[in-house]
Formats: sequence, C-alpha cells, structure tokens
Amino acid sequence: MEHIVIIGNGISGVTAARHIRKLSDKRITIISAETEYFFSRTALMYIYMGHMKFEHTQPYENWFWEKNRIELKKGFVTHINDASKELVFANGETMNYDKLIIATGSKPNKFGWPGQDLDGVMGMYHKQDLETLEKFAPNNKVCKRAVIVGGGLIGIELAEMLQSRDIPVTFLVRENSFWNGVLPAGESAMINEHIKEHHIDLRLGVNLQEIKADEHGKVKSIIIKETGEEIACDVVGLTAGVSPNVDFLKESNIELGRGVKVNRMLETNVKDIYAIGDCAEQHEAIGNRRPIEAVWYTGRMMGETVAQTICGNPKEYNPGHWFNSAKFLDIEYQTYGWVFGERGRPEYEQHFHWKHPKKHLCITVAFHKETHEFLGINTFGIRMRHHAFDKWLTEKRSVEYVLAHLADANFDPEFYKLHEKDIVAQFNQEHHTNILLKKRSWKRIFQFS
Amino acid sequence: MKAIQHIGLSLFLAGLAIFTILPFIGSYELSTEKLDEIVQNKGIKSELFVKNLQESTVGKEFSTPFTFSSNIVSAIEDANEKHEANQEWDKKIWEKKHSFSYAIAKDIGAGPVRENKGLFWFLTFGLGIIGALLFIIPQLYLKPIPGIKNNGIWHSAATNRGWIGWFVFLFLVGFYILLYFFPDYIVNWTYIVDPISQSISGNMASQWFLYGFLYCVVMVVMGIRMYIKYRHNKYQMLRTTSVLFFQIAFAFLIPEIMVSLEMPWYDFKNAFPLDYDFFFEWNLKTLVNSGFIGIFILVWGTVLTIVVVPVMVYFFGKRWYCSWVCGCGGLAETLGDPYRHLSDKSLRAWQIERWLIHGVLVFAILMTGMTLYAYFMEVDTVFGIKTQLVKDTYGFLIGSIFAGVIGTGFYPIFGNRVWCRFGCPLAAYLGLVQRFKSKFRITTNGGQCISCGNCSTYCEQGIDVRAYAQKGQNIVRSSCVGCGICSAVCPRGVLKLENGPDDGATRHQVPEVILGNDVNLFEMLEENK
Repeated sequence: MEHIVIIGNGISGVTAARHIRKLSDKRITIISAETEYFFSRTALMYIYMGHMKFEHTQPYENWFWEKNRIELKKGFVTHINDASKELVFANGETMNYDKLIIATGSKPNKFGWPGQDLDGVMGMYHKQDLETLEKFAPNNKVCKRAVIVGGGLIGIELAEMLQSRDIPVTFLVRENSFWNGVLPAGESAMINEHIKEHHIDLRLGVNLQEIKADEHGKVKSIIIKETGEEIACDVVGLTAGVSPNVDFLKESNIELGRGVKVNRMLETNVKDIYAIGDCAEQHEAIGNRRPIEAVWYTGRMMGETVAQTICGNPKEYNPGHWFNSAKFLDIEYQTYGWVFGERGRPEYEQHFHWKHPKKHLCITVAFHKETHEFLGINTFGIRMRHHAFDKWLTEKRSVEYVLAHLADANFDPEFYKLHEKDIVAQFNQEHHTNILLKKRSWKRIFQFS
Repeated sequence: MKAIQHIGLSLFLAGLAIFTILPFIGSYELSTEKLDEIVQNKGIKSELFVKNLQESTVGKEFSTPFTFSSNIVSAIEDANEKHEANQEWDKKIWEKKHSFSYAIAKDIGAGPVRENKGLFWFLTFGLGIIGALLFIIPQLYLKPIPGIKNNGIWHSAATNRGWIGWFVFLFLVGFYILLYFFPDYIVNWTYIVDPISQSISGNMASQWFLYGFLYCVVMVVMGIRMYIKYRHNKYQMLRTTSVLFFQIAFAFLIPEIMVSLEMPWYDFKNAFPLDYDFFFEWNLKTLVNSGFIGIFILVWGTVLTIVVVPVMVYFFGKRWYCSWVCGCGGLAETLGDPYRHLSDKSLRAWQIERWLIHGVLVFAILMTGMTLYAYFMEVDTVFGIKTQLVKDTYGFLIGSIFAGVIGTGFYPIFGNRVWCRFGCPLAAYLGLVQRFKSKFRITTNGGQCISCGNCSTYCEQGIDVRAYAQKGQNIVRSSCVGCGICSAVCPRGVLKLENGPDDGATRHQVPEVILGNDVNLFEMLEENK
C-alpha cells in the first residue's frame, strides 16, 4: 500500500490527509513536532484569554485519527533523503515514504534585532509560544508592560490577548497607519482609532532599535529607533510577519526560494514530494495573489488540491476568488475579491468608501474605473455573504448591480440595523447615479450557480 | 468600579447566607385546638394519627422545622402502616407527607421571620438583588466597548467547574431537593414572600409561589447581565426581553391573577408534553369543572401542542419556543448563560442525548395515552399497570429530579441546558419537526470558517457547530434552540440563524465552490465513479 507521509499537522496537512482518506485507501502518516493532535492555530489567542481551553481548539476528537486510519507521529524531521525516500528524525529514527507532502507552515520573522533571543521575547505562532507567554505574562503583576513589534494581524491579536489580562501594551507599528499596506486609508484610520480606544499605546511610524536585558538575561526594556525612547517592559512580542518554516530542507535537494518552490500542481522539483500551505512558494504568483500565501484558507485549498493529485486526479491549484477575514479587537473584517490599499493598487481600481457616522462600521467597494466592473469589497463590522460576492465576481457584475443587490449579501444576525440604504444613497450622490436598492430575495440568494 | 463590585459581591453573599440560615430560625408549636382544627379541615379519620401527634408533638415547642416535620411524618407513616394492615383505607392519609406537614408548619410557625416578613425579604431578596446589580452593572464601565468578552471564563473557579462551581452545584441541588421534597423545612422562605403573594392573588405563598417569584427575580437580575453583555447584539437583546416577558407575565402573574379570580392556575405558554400533567385525570376534571375558562384552557392546551407549536417550528425553528418563550429556556439563557460552555460536545454525549430525550418523549406519550385511556374508560389500571404509579414515577424521575434537581442544579457542571438537551419531551418533539420540516437553519458563510472552536465551545446544547461550519455545511440539528450565541461569538462572521426556503438542498448546504477552491469536487466524484 502506498505510504503518504505529511510533515506538519496544521490545516494544510490535515486537510490533505482527510481528503486523501476520503478518496483512497492509502496509508497516511502525519508528522508533527509541535503537538500530538491537530488544533486550530488561529484559536491560540483564545486559550490565553480564557475563552477556550486547548482541547476546544482541536476540531476533531482524539478517536478521529485512528478511526480514519490516519497515523500520527510526533517527531522532528531533520533530513530528507529523496533517493531512498527516507525521512530522518532528530532522535535518529527513520521513516520511509512513497509520497511526501511538506506542510510545515511558517515561523515568526526576526530581523536580527539586538536582544531578539532574550527571555521574555517571543513570537505568537506555535503552541510553545503560548506557553512562553503564560510564563512571562501570567498577569499584570509579573508583566507590567508588554511591547509588541509589528503591526499585522498577529500583532493586534497579541495586543488583545495581553489586554484581556489588563497588561498595558505598547504597540510599535512601522507603517504610519495600521496595516495600511493592505487596507485603504479610511479603514486603516478607523482601526487606529479603535486600537487607541482600547487604551493600547499605539506608536505609528516607528521601528525597534534594540531589546535590552536585565542581569538575568531577561528583557527589561526596548529602545525605539526614531526617538531613542526607552520603554520598560517584561515581554516583547515579535509579530513582524511570518516566513516559511523550511530551514530543515536546506541540505536537501528540494529547491527553495523563501519557501519550498512548487508548480501549479504543488509539486516540488523532486519527484513525489509536494509542498502546500504557508511553506509553499509558487514559481509565479497566481493572479493578484502573492507567491507565498500564509492564510488559513489557502492552506486548506492546497490541501484539498494536492489530495486530488495524489489520488490520481491531477489538479492544478486553482484558488477561486480571493477572500479573507480577521478581527481587530471588536471589529470584524471580511474581504471578497481585491481591494488594494495605497501600496500596489492598480491605476484602474477606483474605491467607494462608506463609513457609519458614529459606529465602527464601514465598507470599501473596489471597481474598475472605466468598465465599472465590481472588483472587491472590504467590510468592517458588517457581515457579508461569501457566496453572494463569489457569484457576482464570477459573473463580472457591475458595481451598480452589486450595490442594488447589496441586501442579498447581508449576513448580520437577524434584527440588526441594516445600512444598505445609506450606502446606496451615498454612492448615488457621489456618482450621480440612480441605483434603486432591491429588497432581499431568498430566491436570488439561494440561486447557486 | 472594582470596589463597587466587591461591595456588591459581599452584599449578595450576605443575602445568600441569611437566606440559607432562615430555615433554622423560629419555632413550631402545635396546640390541641390547632390539631383539632386541622383534623376537622382535612377530614382526618385516623384516631391513631391524632394520638401519635398528641403524644409526640402537641404542646411542645420545636426550634427547627426538622424534628417537627419528622414527628408529623412519622405519625402519618405509623398510622398509615397500621391502617393498611387492617385494610382501613378510609383512615389512611393519602396526602404527601411533607406537603401535609408543610401545611401545618406554615400555619403554626412563629418567630422573627414570620413577624418581620418585610425586613427579612429585604435581608435576603433585597440584599441579593442590590448586591448582584452592584456586581453586574459596573461591567458597563469596566468594559466600555461592546463586544464579545469571554475573557477568563475558563480561568475562573466559578465557571470552569472549580470549587465555586461545585459549591453552587451543591447549593442548587440542595435548594431543589428542599423545594420538591421537603417544603415543610422551608416555610420561613415562604413567609417572606407572603405579602407579595397576598397582593397578587390574596393567598399566602406556597413553596411554588416562592419558586415562581425567585425564578422571576433571578431571571430579571441575570437578564440585566445579558443586556449588558450582549448590548451590541440586537438578537440577544430582543430574545432576553422576550423570555423575561413570558416568564413574568405568562408563568407568574397571569396564573396568580387567575387564581385570585377563582380560575384554575394555568400557564398559557407551557405546552404539553413539557406540561406533562395537562392530560392527567385531576387536571382534566378541574378544567371540565371550571366553566368556560376551563374548557378554553383545555382546547388551547391541545391546539398549542398539536397546531401552534409545529407550525411555528416550521416557520422559525424550535427557537421560537425554547429560547424565546419557555421558562426553562428562560432560566437557562439568563442564570445559565455563564455556564453555557460546560456542555459536553463529544459524539458520545450526542449519542446519549438522542436516546435519553427521545426515551423521555416516548415515556411521556405512553403515560399520557394510559392516563387518557384510564380517564375515559374510568379504570385505574392499563395492561395491569396502575396509571398512578406510572404518573408518580414520571413526576418524580422526570418532573422533579431530571427537570429540577439535575436540570438546574447541574448548571455549573454540565452546562445550562442539561434538561433541554437530554430530558425535555417537548424539546424532543420540536426537534423532530425542526430536523425534518422547517425553514430554520444556521447558515455557514462559505469558506470563512477558521475552525477556532468558539461556536462549539459556547453552544449550550453541545452541538459541534464547527464540525459543520468548517465543511461549509449549514447546521440543521434537532437540538438547536437557536440561542444565537454561536453566531455572536464567531470572530469571522461565519454563522447566521435564518428562516430560509425549505427546499432540502439549500437548507443543508452552501454551494461547494465557496470553500474557495474551484476544483469541482462534485463533478470529479462523478467522473471517478
């Protein structure tokens, strides 16, 4: 029986395993050095915050794996011998494979800051990071202040975590507005405001100079590059992005860029070795996507795709329309299609921005300046229906059509106040159009293409 | 603000402590005249019982209800035993022993509580309410920005099955055991709500009035907590208002007012088979003999179960009842909200749930069938089984132990919907309708699920919501009471409670393309067949 070995038990690897099991009877082994069982990495924050226990972040009960004949192996792979199709573990054990899937995910970036390896300095990515945080920041007596370096999604989550235990947070963000590499200006400004409203000490446009140690080799303070200001702290969170976790492959014959280089079939240069998820790097970016997509959803899609290929239905990785989501403290964010921030915005992309006069609710609709084709939407504080936008993107609908049918896309809980009227009115005013908002129609909503 | 919370907590605990020691205060003395009066009023024919009491109790002062009660109970037991042996059925005392004892104790109890009902009401209910509100309301200032703040729930001994949880468990279980089985021990509790009862129905408070009043108070106070916690969520605000309204108006005030108008006590929203004794002989007789209103209740109660309930479930799901109207649900959604995450999510728990809850439904239906047969055929036994025995068994095991002692007592251990999930026959019935013929579903928003587990963790019914959401499937489950918390706690806007078309396909599934990968898996499966 063909033996499929998957290194990494994150969403990509586990999705691949599940789909291979669905499609075939092959022997499947998942290897992980991090945890015994699959857990949702995105939920780590909720454990520290006390919303959940670790076991709640495990999407499958422990009996699931044996029942589905997916073998789990705890161990750290140090070497891949592709000639003999053999893996070597840190403890000297070996394992043979017929096909290998590399799904080792990411690791937090460190940019060679002085003091970046001190006690009390951590990323927020692995389960072990959570344990470290619990050790150095159990409460606001042990940790009187924490400094977070890097204004991305993990940074703001870490800020929220620390804040849940009333630990004061200073948040250093390199950009002059939060996540404005991705978000348009209005949205980014709203998040800035929301962060400050939570009494998080947000510092925009600053960089980390160095991290200073006390006499025990533990962090004591940080210095800001631009101002030279020293901020006393007990914990430093490094959340300046992630990069593929592929160091263990450096000695192997597998071609590496920043990640494991793969083609559209998710195959590496070595036969029978595939790479998926955060650690995979496309030779050429697909559409507007980045060559490395460190996103939960893309990991899941690659896992599904590679399972097809391995089970004899060779398929290209062909992600549909882009979508993503996040939560910034209390503000939910969803995006469908492409809406660019200032950076990298194509010149044809025009934006329509609506913001609630009082609440933290806003949307940005991107459309083609000339053709008025709808390109994408960012929505903050208003939930929207994925498949409505997916359908409109496929059908290449105009921005006018999308706005007229916006009520179909609302996904807020029942009885919530609806804002489509205001949104359409503002668009009409700005663009001298006369769009009439249509009433929500179940028939249209459930017309699946 | 923290200081105010601490003061509130202290006041609440003081009120609770005073409430707890009330049964130990006061005295009970039965005079010869009183005994004669009771014998007369209750039509007691057992001289033995009177003799027993005269020897053991009359003329003595008891400083706790416990010995007093045990004397009366043993007097009844002793007399009954001998009368049974002699087959003197007319002399036997049929009334429940502790209810009998309760009526006497309530009548003759003396002491500071009875003399100062208002004061003791304030020292118990008053302090409890003020204390709880002082603890709850500062949340508005401590967490000024609305949003889901389940911080520290699994760290707190009160909500993670820690020592406080076990203490609350013991307290609640003890309370329910006293309430259901030893009302004669808690006459002092009923004294303090006498003035309220009298002002509504003109009667002195029974233990059930006490329970009804306490129920409303607890729901209102904890409802205020819900209003604060979910102030950003209109669904939760309206739902909380609805359960408070139905509890206070329908379960508490209207029945009491009806009693004061010499109508039968009836809760118009309490549907059979949750209201399991609706078709019992005694109830049918009462209703039939109560004139127009009795017949109206009889017709309404029947139509409610047979027509209103399933039709409403078809349009809105069982939530319209279980988490918007029902009293058990109302308590679970207010007092029980801090414990919702303690429900067991395992597959095994689901298997147990299905056997148990449908078992109770079958039990309730068989029992009702028997009792109706017995009523119309005017017999006591069906297939050689005494219907009274069946009814008593159900009343004890399901009505009292399961619904009360376990249903609420176990909040801090098994979560707030133990009864609704494992035991309620009405929920089982509604669930069958919801599962097979309803417009209601929880829609999964395409591929947006990140499998974090908040939805499953905070599902009070123990549904593994995530298992559906991460596959892009809608949630169509018989046990879902539509509380809406899964949707509220979801950080990515994945879940929405909806009443959409009931066309089979779209109720269960979202389009497969939505997982984001435009590999058409369905087409491929077809090709590979």
